[in-house]
Amino acid sequence: MADDPIKQFEIYDIVPIGIGDLDLSFTNSSLFMVATLATSTGFLYLATSGRALIPTRIQSIGEVAYEFVAGMLRDATGSDGMRFFPLVFSLFMFILVANLFGMVPYFFTVTSHIIVTFALAMLVMGTVVIYGFMKHGLGFLKLFVPHGVPGALVPLVTLIEVISFLSRPISLSVRLFANMLAGHITLKVFAGFIVSMSAVGTVGIIGSILPLFMTIAMTALEFLVSFLQAYVFAVLTCMYLNDALHPSH
Amino acid sequence: MTTGERPDPPRTDDDLDRRRAALDAAISQRRPVKLDAEPKSQRTSIAFALRLSTDFVAGVLVGAALGWGIDKLAGTSPWGLIVFLLLGFAAGVLNVMRSAGLVAEPFREKDGSLRRRDDRSAGQNGD
Repeated sequence: MADDPIKQFEIYDIVPIGIGDLDLSFTNSSLFMVATLATSTGFLYLATSGRALIPTRIQSIGEVAYEFVAGMLRDATGSDGMRFFPLVFSLFMFILVANLFGMVPYFFTVTSHIIVTFALAMLVMGTVVIYGFMKHGLGFLKLFVPHGVPGALVPLVTLIEVISFLSRPISLSVRLFANMLAGHITLKVFAGFIVSMSAVGTVGIIGSILPLFMTIAMTALEFLVSFLQAYVFAVLTCMYLNDALHPSH
Repeated sequence: MTTGERPDPPRTDDDLDRRRAALDAAISQRRPVKLDAEPKSQRTSIAFALRLSTDFVAGVLVGAALGWGIDKLAGTSPWGLIVFLLLGFAAGVLNVMRSAGLVAEPFREKDGSLRRRDDRSAGQNGD
């Protein structure tokens, strides 16, 4: 075990690919993204291949996942938001599976890199902006002008709303990234305590029971956080998509 | 069901929705509620706290970045940063209040899509 808690986030090339000055190497991050995609696709393939009226186990998991995301999206955007279901569901599954992959020892956590989560957040915001302008034209800008504000305050409030809008992709990506990063570092640090304490002697071995319990508890918590963060990301995606669908403030 | 964009979708969609709702009601009468525990256990308060703090920090950061960029472009050195940092602060507070459901965006919608912040678990069970 490496004792450096940051080392687990290191990116290294597996297949170096360089085109001109561009570094397009296939890294461990890419590997785990591919694995994430393969796993979630494979899971859904298996879940939907039977299509029995009385579902098998895997089919019911697939149905629960579908119902979960669909209900979330319908709550937030109404039924016309269901056209975004593929996007939200893909995001949810990708983040969930990537987070859960990160919980396997020695595996790389894709979502612990801010560029990955930021790319996902920008995908959402890009969808919101493009779809908003496509559907409502300039009416989409009404999103930034709240109703019922006294005339003199409108420029100020609009400016604040614009900044608030621009901060969304940042908070969306930072939240996911920071949770995964902090959780994995904490886990590693506590696990490291066990090793360094038990090296001291008998007292250390007995004392290392405490960080051991902590590590176990943290592992459970991290599984919860993996799920929770995927959920939060999807919920916020739904809320932002709702802005694109109904920008009437 | 995801892309129900046929020539006259609204009526059929409504019809489908109504029938689905009726079916849901019929099913949920027969079936004991079992997915209850799931949505409730997710909403831990630490996640909520983290969410609020990132919301706030993101607002301030974006404000500062905008102000700095404007200063850089227009050469108005400290003023853009000062003004936009304050605006960013306001935006951060707005974000936090929105996440906390205190500013419920009262003019948003009449079709009930406003109910989506904190009664999520209630909405979830209805499905």
